[in-house]
Amino acid sequence: MSEKDRLNVFPSRMSLAIMKARLKGAQKGHSLLKKKADALTLRFRSILRNIIETKTEVGEVMKQAQFSLAEAKFTCGDISHVILQNVTKASVKVKSKKENVVGVSLPLFEPYQDGGDTYELTGLARGGQQIDKAKKSYGRAITLLVELASLQTSFITLDEVIKVTNRRVNAIEHVIIPRLERTLVYIVSELDERDREEFYRLKKVQEKKKKIRAAEELLKKKRQEAGDHSEAASIFDNFKDPEILFD
Amino acid sequence: MAIAAARGKLIAVIGDEDTCIGFVLGGVGEMNKNRNPNFMVVDKNTSIGEIEETFRGYLKRDDIGIILINQNVAEMIRHVIDSHDLPIPAVLEIPSKDSPYDPSKDSILRRAKGMFSAEDFR
Repeated sequence: MSEKDRLNVFPSRMSLAIMKARLKGAQKGHSLLKKKADALTLRFRSILRNIIETKTEVGEVMKQAQFSLAEAKFTCGDISHVILQNVTKASVKVKSKKENVVGVSLPLFEPYQDGGDTYELTGLARGGQQIDKAKKSYGRAITLLVELASLQTSFITLDEVIKVTNRRVNAIEHVIIPRLERTLVYIVSELDERDREEFYRLKKVQEKKKKIRAAEELLKKKRQEAGDHSEAASIFDNFKDPEILFD
Repeated sequence: MAIAAARGKLIAVIGDEDTCIGFVLGGVGEMNKNRNPNFMVVDKNTSIGEIEETFRGYLKRDDIGIILINQNVAEMIRHVIDSHDLPIPAVLEIPSKDSPYDPSKDSILRRAKGMFSAEDFR
């Protein structure tokens, strides 16, 4: 398989030049893709580290947020129905932006405030301060979680892209370049073979010509020995054509 | 899709009552025209089928950018979460009040494992 696996081309000087150009292109592409993969991996690792750090931080912040909510509940009694029933429009939303890393667009989320606070008056009777505190700590948790979400989406996207890039790098390295090299070897060997054939043919022709000349010389010699000194007719001899029509 | 992106995306929450209250209080809650909320309160009477259906519904909605889900709830529908491999909406597992956060169960961190040594996970 490995010996036979080559491009199907006619072995000529022309295709040799084409194959050389293609090999060069493949090598260039390989080094470029390798660089891209390296850049992506670098980014990937830093994102991974960030994710782990942020996850730990989120754990802390969530704990605080839950604690402050418990405080709020303790002071104002059961507010869950008031809150869950009064939902109308979200005041915190996320914008998605794109960030470009070596030609890969990574989605980035960014939280922003949209409209006023729906729960401005919740806990007006009692515990307003605690509710405010809970609101703030959950707000912080949301900011952090949004950050984590964008890290995570980048992580997934990069993971996919790195896989594809590595697959391409390996395909070029282990399939395309060897195949081109094998094709080159095949073309070169075929051209050499043709060269040798040509050389042999010329030699053979020379040999044959020599033989014929020798035979002719021998014949001439024999004729001269027999007393025939006439040379072959030449057009430079002063020879008058016999008149054929008028005399 | 472009209009939805320009409008800004929502954060959906699936979790126990306290988690939902907290985030809704933080301002992520929204009721759309069909009176469908973007959060779901899971209590002990909620069936796994319901959670799964809601989660799939959130995945399909194009106005949701991030889905927050309690880790103990995520455990129940792990197969659905693992089969979701698109970057958007991003699924985030968050710790809940009564179960501590376990990094080894997180889908993302499980994928991240093997690329990092064990001590990076505390």
